[in-house]
Amino acid sequence: MSELSVKTMADYMASGETPEILFWVGCAGSFDDRAKKITKAIVKILNHANVKFAVLGTEESCTGDPAKRAGNEFLFQMQAMANITVLNGYEVKKIVTGCPHCFNTIKNEYPSLGGNYEVVHHTQLLQDLLNTGRIKIEGGSFKGKKITFHDPCYLGRGNDIYEAPRSVMVNLDAELAEMKRSRQNGLCCGAGGAQMFKEAEKGNKEVNIERTEEALALNPDVIAVGCPFCNTMMTDGVKHFNKEQTVKVLDVAELIAQAKDL
Amino acid sequence: MISIIIFILLFAGGSAFFFYNVSKIRRNILLGQDARLKDKPAERFKTMLLVAFGQKKMFNRPIPAILHLFLYVAFVITQVELIEIVLDGALGHHRLFRPSLGGFYTFMVSFIEILSVLAFIGTLAFLSRRNLLKVPRLVKSELNGWPKLDANLILLGEITLICFIFMMNGADEVLYSRGMSHAQNMGDGSLGLTISSHLGPLLFGGMSEHSLHIIERIGWWGHICMVLGFLNYLPYSKHFHILLAFPNVYYSNLEKKGKFRNLESVSNEVKAMMDPSFTPPVADPNVPVRFGAKEVTDLSWKQLLDSYTCTECGRCTSACPANITGKVLSPRLIMMKTRDRLEEVGKNIDANKGEFKDDGKSLLHDYITPEELWACTSCNACVQECPVNIDPLSIIMDLRRFLVMEQSAAPTELNMMFNNMENNGAPWQFSPSDRLNWKND
Repeated sequence: MSELSVKTMADYMASGETPEILFWVGCAGSFDDRAKKITKAIVKILNHANVKFAVLGTEESCTGDPAKRAGNEFLFQMQAMANITVLNGYEVKKIVTGCPHCFNTIKNEYPSLGGNYEVVHHTQLLQDLLNTGRIKIEGGSFKGKKITFHDPCYLGRGNDIYEAPRSVMVNLDAELAEMKRSRQNGLCCGAGGAQMFKEAEKGNKEVNIERTEEALALNPDVIAVGCPFCNTMMTDGVKHFNKEQTVKVLDVAELIAQAKDL
Repeated sequence: MISIIIFILLFAGGSAFFFYNVSKIRRNILLGQDARLKDKPAERFKTMLLVAFGQKKMFNRPIPAILHLFLYVAFVITQVELIEIVLDGALGHHRLFRPSLGGFYTFMVSFIEILSVLAFIGTLAFLSRRNLLKVPRLVKSELNGWPKLDANLILLGEITLICFIFMMNGADEVLYSRGMSHAQNMGDGSLGLTISSHLGPLLFGGMSEHSLHIIERIGWWGHICMVLGFLNYLPYSKHFHILLAFPNVYYSNLEKKGKFRNLESVSNEVKAMMDPSFTPPVADPNVPVRFGAKEVTDLSWKQLLDSYTCTECGRCTSACPANITGKVLSPRLIMMKTRDRLEEVGKNIDANKGEFKDDGKSLLHDYITPEELWACTSCNACVQECPVNIDPLSIIMDLRRFLVMEQSAAPTELNMMFNNMENNGAPWQFSPSDRLNWKND
């Protein structure tokens, strides 16, 4: 694969330039094979729209979200303060994240520790790029397809953002079907609160199976997500029901990138 | 004259005992830690108007919302009639407001009667939802015993109260039409009450004057005794929500639900560690530094207020992904256990002359188990669902913090995740130098 055009904050600093926005990739987006594809989709869209963006590269470190939700406030604050030192060092003003957990943590929990930035989730940035005409979608490969969106808890209930991902997908000319439990009533995928990193407690069902069942009942072509952890959980759920040939689990950014054939 | 004395003694005694019990609950709530929730009064007031007074969140489920609205509006409006009943009792009058209010009086009492009929229907519907239809969230095994009985007692009490109102008004209607009521006769041959002017003659039409006076008095005394009885039942019951819902919503969290509190005590230690020149503020030696919560007294007063406000409706639990998939976690039970433990701590303080004597128990472990805590996905569905803005998630988080930071009792996989984060800056075992490799994949 050809190398993507990605510059780091250090590159910008060396050339004396300032980027429009910092793309906070996140741990999943950096290391998880599935999530890396979402990262690349976001980068392709940013490049296509001529957004001058930077990443931190090896200077990025976990926001501390899973540590905080697991109760390890020490580790969270150590991560947060180290990241804030780096971000403030580069005088970062605006951040886009590829993950609702990074988004929530930097936006809501960094300010009282000294990190004040304008933070947007990538679906909000996509909405903005579409609204301002920096990207345009006409038709595309999802025309007529049935898509259902699974609300990530930390984007939806956590931050009251329900419309940005939906208004982006409207441009795909697809049929958007809603699950019964959506928006405020959306059901978690099962990964939040550091559950991603442990076995579930004893029960009679996995949360992601319960949720995938609900999504599959709509017979969608695509289950759209906005979070790399939801993506993992829903992908596993679809595999559990042996539907991976007919139902795709894709991030909203991937939908846009594929529709534009980027 | 004797009836006035009996009434005043009953009323004063009933009120005093109620305020005595309320002061104990207030004391218990204030055992909690400080929480800064006094900012933005305008926004808080608006939230209270919408969510508590306006029942906004109830309407996410329209059928129980409408039934509940009948009871709620009847309860609120009936307070007007209660003022008259109390004044009648204390002054030896009968229908004190009628002469001065005239037609408006008839309208007001008729309005209350219509609401009472609606409340009666609502109460019957609620009884059948619990006992016949068996709505899942209302018959879960966590409600076995006292919670179930408590719920049914409240509903039966409401039905009795409504019956007394119609005994009183119905018998009085018949008496009035015969010109025998204690109420000042205004020469119109009927009190004109929408329901009782029909229901009264139907039920009591054939009775003698003597019987009618007895029925009217049973209705009147029964009503006021039920009101005082109910008032004093509240502090022992989940039904206390009718009072606490308002302050609880007023003091609710106005921030985004995803924003969790940053512990200041931890910030000071982390800052001192990262910057040797940082001097942490001198800590109050009277406040023991404990990270997270083990006991109810480690929680904030708002979290304790939450526990007394909970009316065990179970909307939280029915939306909880962990509970839906058979895990032991139930957000409603987290609130019930917090209140149970707080009541126990309060009784301990009462029994030991105002000092808590160690009973070898704590909220964490003895009431709430780690298995419940570790089942939570922190998805905020329970917080979203609660019609009175209770936050079970914040209690779960504070107890988790104690498990992890004070007892190092995190599940093994989470300890591995912590290690990875400390060593590699990621929850998985990847080298930080590989962070940008995706670019070339």
